[in-house]
Amino acid sequence: MEKEQDKVLREVTESDYKYGFVTEIDADEIPKGLNHETVRLISKKKNEPQWMLDFRLKAFDKWLTMKMPNWAHLNIPEIDYQDIIYYSAPKQEPKYTSLDEIDPEIKATFDKLGIPLDEQKRLSGVAVDVVMDSVSVKTTFQETLAEKGIIFCSFSEAVQNHPDLVKKYMGSVVPYGDNFFAALNSAVFSDGSFCYIPKNVRCPMELSTYFRINAMNTGQFERTLIIAEEASYVSYMEGCTAPMRDENQLHAAIVEIIVMKDAEVKYSTVQNWYPGNKEGKGGVYNFVTKRGICKGENSKLSWAQVETGSAITWKYPSTILKGDNSVSEFYSVALTNNFQQADTGTKMIHLGKNTSSIIVSKGISAGKSENSYRGLVKIGKNAENARNFSQCDSLLLGDKCGAHTFPYIDVENESAIVEHEATTSKISEDQIFYCNQRGIATEEAIGLIVNGYAKEVINKLPMEFAVEAQKLLQISLEGSVG
Amino acid sequence: MLVIKNLHAEISGKKILKGLSLEVKPGEIHAIMGPNGSGKSTLSAVLTGNENFTVTEGEIYYEGKDLFQLNFEERAKAGIFLSFQYPVEIPGVSMINFMKTAVNEQRKSKNLPPMSSGEFLKYMREMKDLVELKSDLANRSVNVGFSGGEKKRNEIFQMAMLKPKLAILDETDSGLDIDALRVVANGVNKLKTPENASIVITHYQRLLDFIVPDFVHVLYDGKIVKSAGKELALELEEKGYNWIQKELEV
Ligand SMILES: Nc1ncnc2c1ncn2[C@@H]1O[C@H](COP(=O)(O)OP(=O)(O)O)[C@@H](O)[C@H]1O
Ligand SMILES: [Mg+2]
Repeated sequence: MEKEQDKVLREVTESDYKYGFVTEIDADEIPKGLNHETVRLISKKKNEPQWMLDFRLKAFDKWLTMKMPNWAHLNIPEIDYQDIIYYSAPKQEPKYTSLDEIDPEIKATFDKLGIPLDEQKRLSGVAVDVVMDSVSVKTTFQETLAEKGIIFCSFSEAVQNHPDLVKKYMGSVVPYGDNFFAALNSAVFSDGSFCYIPKNVRCPMELSTYFRINAMNTGQFERTLIIAEEASYVSYMEGCTAPMRDENQLHAAIVEIIVMKDAEVKYSTVQNWYPGNKEGKGGVYNFVTKRGICKGENSKLSWAQVETGSAITWKYPSTILKGDNSVSEFYSVALTNNFQQADTGTKMIHLGKNTSSIIVSKGISAGKSENSYRGLVKIGKNAENARNFSQCDSLLLGDKCGAHTFPYIDVENESAIVEHEATTSKISEDQIFYCNQRGIATEEAIGLIVNGYAKEVINKLPMEFAVEAQKLLQISLEGSVG
Repeated sequence: MLVIKNLHAEISGKKILKGLSLEVKPGEIHAIMGPNGSGKSTLSAVLTGNENFTVTEGEIYYEGKDLFQLNFEERAKAGIFLSFQYPVEIPGVSMINFMKTAVNEQRKSKNLPPMSSGEFLKYMREMKDLVELKSDLANRSVNVGFSGGEKKRNEIFQMAMLKPKLAILDETDSGLDIDALRVVANGVNKLKTPENASIVITHYQRLLDFIVPDFVHVLYDGKIVKSAGKELALELEEKGYNWIQKELEV
């Protein structure tokens, strides 16, 4: 680890978003705009059964009655939902079964992103589902996983091959009418990942989905569904990047996680959507609904995330602690620089007895960015002896950025213990000078301090991700001091 | 190695150094003594490139080159080291990581490959022993929760790790008990070579019982007003700084 860390520090010399390139591929796109026909067309493209189309149409009707939420500490420009392409797929469907069939351009794209699609080249122990624009282009290690009864495939495949599971669980944690963006996603989602871990199975490798927006004017609406049956275990990671474009791109995803009795799910995210340029032009609008339910007794759900991307982030991964003795953790680093805005946090809803949750949120603000933590801890009537500990820290670089904390606590059971701590600190000139005097340049000193600050969260990420996350934090702050 | 000519420096418009000159050659140890507020720390800040201070006049040459052409971290890489009077705490950054970055940055500037983890840990252990640093300090965050004495010892440890050509020790002795003082002085003496030099800034002569200087300078009101051999330190100790003041008035 120590060695890796060093490599990371050396590699960090680039100062710009390095995932910003565009891949030239033929895409199968539908025209801009959104109406009932669009929804039908997407469903038809995906050759979906009637029940899936019905779900979409119900969601769309609901969406038409809803308004964009405006309670967040965000300044969101008007979004023209008719000016977006809702489906774009690299041509060459159906999904590639062998590597040779993949467009070399796509392969090269993912090599460049450090995600080789070739299983031999892949880090052993990580299976990956790759989603480009609206569709999944490749899932690796499917056969290996199938031997254990694990299903890891694109959402579209799951609709075709495992309709009973999808029907049973889709929308069970995030109902289609949950919120504006959830309704939109439920109507027009095009793909995503599906993962099912049978009873008593420990998933032998990390599962990951890698999201890439490539096409212009295209929104990305994917959904992920993870089901961990009794006494199973899985560690799941998601990563995302997008090309640099002057236009804003919309990303509205849904993640649903169901954790049964004695099961454990770890969900890690490194979110690096294009944040826009230094003047605040372009970038991805990231409106995401992520929610898991600890359904059975002794179940556990852990969220770990490092967020450096997106022009606007609106995201509150949440856990419903329904099973008695269930546990949930939320470890997050959200970094904003330049003109980025983030309103992000978590919700811990305690329903079962002896449930406990931990929230560790570390905000880093630089440039002219606005970074808000918004968290809800709710203790229900029947949640005897529920516990929550929340720690919200903010680190400021410079004096033009903002950091805000909005903790909401709602306790209906008197036996609960809920603790909240918050700190705000600033990197001081003296600290930087001390590093400089030891031969460490300012950019690097900031990287060192920021990574030190975020360590508690980074340590929660799987190894491969931790290294990437550290690199990202440093790169994202380059040029933010001077 | 170091030539300072007629140095004037100020902070927020306040003149602090008022025509300081000093020459340091390889292998030498110079002690700079002077009352509080005379400008000792200002001198170390100017030498290391602290931008809070403005140099208004004068020249500094380091190894024959204009020191002002180098920024702070370049000066550090060129072998100038400051043992801070008030070392800064950096929460979350482990000493190991901090030193590893510093050592490898220095190596990079000399076109040397970075040390492997194994090599680094071994080197770190040796240097820790040299300055008798308690082993768990190295695993903690930089200076966080260190006692005053531990912070100073940690400075000397960093000096041992980085092997500077020119070390400036700014009141490294203050706040140390006699045992710690001996340990720090031992470290400095062990690191002495004919090629490197030290400027030892101190308020008290007792450090100079352990680190024997070649020259002692008295800094008073921003200027060096008296220079002599190590006997000057004893004289100062005996007669106090008032003696200098009186002598100057004569
Ligand atoms: N940041 C600062 N702002 C204003 N005055 C300062 C600052 N730092 C030092 N000084 C002043 O400069 C003078 C010299 O300080 P210093 O070099 O620290 O002295 P010494 O180290 O010899 O005790 C003192 O009068 C001190 O008050
Ligand atoms: Mg001083």
